[in-house]
Amino acid sequence: MCGIVGLFLKNSKYESQLGALMADMLSEMSDRGPDSAGFAIYGGTGEGLKMTLRGENLMDIAQELSLHLGETVTCKLHGSHGVLSLPEGTAEEVRAWLAENHPDTVVTGAGKRIELYKEVGLPADVASAFGLAEMSGTHGIGHTRMATESRVTTDGAHPFSTGPDQCLVHNGSLSNHASLRRVLKHQGVKIETENDSEVAAGYLTWKMHDGASLAEALKAGLDDLDGFFTFVVGTEDGFAVLRDPISCKPAVMAETDDYVAFASEYRALAGLPGVEDAHVFEPEPSRVYAWSHVN
Amino acid sequence: MNEVDLNETSVRDFNGQLHALDEQSNALAWRALNPAGRHCLAVGLDAPCEVTIAGHAGYYCAGMNSQATVVVEGNAGVGCAENMMSGHVHVKGDVSQSAGATAHGGLLVVDGNASARCGISMKGIDIVVKGSIGPMSAFMAQAGRLVVLGDAGDALGDSIYEAQIFVRGDVKGLGADCVEKVMRDEHALALRELLKAANVDDSISPEEFRRFGSSRSLYNFHVDNAGAY
Repeated sequence: MCGIVGLFLKNSKYESQLGALMADMLSEMSDRGPDSAGFAIYGGTGEGLKMTLRGENLMDIAQELSLHLGETVTCKLHGSHGVLSLPEGTAEEVRAWLAENHPDTVVTGAGKRIELYKEVGLPADVASAFGLAEMSGTHGIGHTRMATESRVTTDGAHPFSTGPDQCLVHNGSLSNHASLRRVLKHQGVKIETENDSEVAAGYLTWKMHDGASLAEALKAGLDDLDGFFTFVVGTEDGFAVLRDPISCKPAVMAETDDYVAFASEYRALAGLPGVEDAHVFEPEPSRVYAWSHVN
Repeated sequence: MNEVDLNETSVRDFNGQLHALDEQSNALAWRALNPAGRHCLAVGLDAPCEVTIAGHAGYYCAGMNSQATVVVEGNAGVGCAENMMSGHVHVKGDVSQSAGATAHGGLLVVDGNASARCGISMKGIDIVVKGSIGPMSAFMAQAGRLVVLGDAGDALGDSIYEAQIFVRGDVKGLGADCVEKVMRDEHALALRELLKAANVDDSISPEEFRRFGSSRSLYNFHVDNAGAY
């Protein structure tokens, strides 16, 4: 079992409350996943590059990076994580520099708008440690984990990000993740953990790198991913939802004029503003649902 | 009327109060406020009481019901009225997966849609869905009737035994051993009674439905059918 939540705001009305709403949703899904929790928040103007790091002495690392790049790098700390503001186009260089100079520092996510936080512990504690309730943004996805396929570690927590501004949360378990991991490694996709869900994230990144849209990549996953899944995938502009062909894992959605919300169970949506008048529905199996600010 | 605010009373206490009822009890009408999708509301009832859930219910609402009438003024989550023995469950919104699963008796009426596996392994319950039902519904359904005013999803009635299925709209696909059957007068008559019990509008006639059931070809093993099991 695991719990997933997602909140996509259609307008700016609740942007300043995005984190507070998501914190309540995550906390409500504690019963489904008390091991660890994580979330990705999309916000900011999209200028430059944001990179979320986990590790020690992140402020010092930002200073060292400023010297290395010859440009100002700032870092905003949130608990055990920090978000670097970097010049655009420096992601690969910074990753390589970190690997060489600070190999214990983990990049949890990077892109124009993504910030990605995850930690072991009860969802409410994790949300509070990162100050989720004070965060704002346009959309976000979150996960509460009850581990099945790999150990309870921070690295094994969701979301998994394997591409710029992309991340995935997963409820379910994949049976062919070992063989698929080998295929992906052969294709040059970097998989960091033994977790099955990271393989799904890597698979989508690989497909999109080959030119597929997110919807096409998810559709292809129906053939290539063997197992049970409800996925919510975050992108720079929105999120997408897909359930396996027998809808093994639960999902419910609520849509109003102001937002589209996803949760494993309705009770995580019950506190959202105006949800009593929302269109509440269950996403169908094998069907890709996507919301974007671009369209 | 007894009102219980679920923001103040735990589900365990609420259910405990309902379990204490019997046919001699004075207060048989109950209303639960602020359900907020909580699980296991009004489960295991065994008294002729009337319980209204004023909002959306979570998983297993009215599960294992005997005698009681449970009305949900919203949607209900997974396993609504599962294993019901008798009584009446009315959901005014949609129901999630496995509604009426394994239920032996009683009537489940859904004003909206039901998602996957509606009536899975049903053993005597009558289910009337006024909207459409999802895939894999009535899987291994043994007895009872599943009536759908809208459409049915794929693999309807897979490995069905003696349950009867009536669908007014389109059927995306039939599961193994489920076939369309002739709607005889006796079926139309019984269906009319059931539609009436479910408060279905008079303008909807039993003749608009098609009947489905088991071809019984998988009941006894025949090697040519090995692939269908």
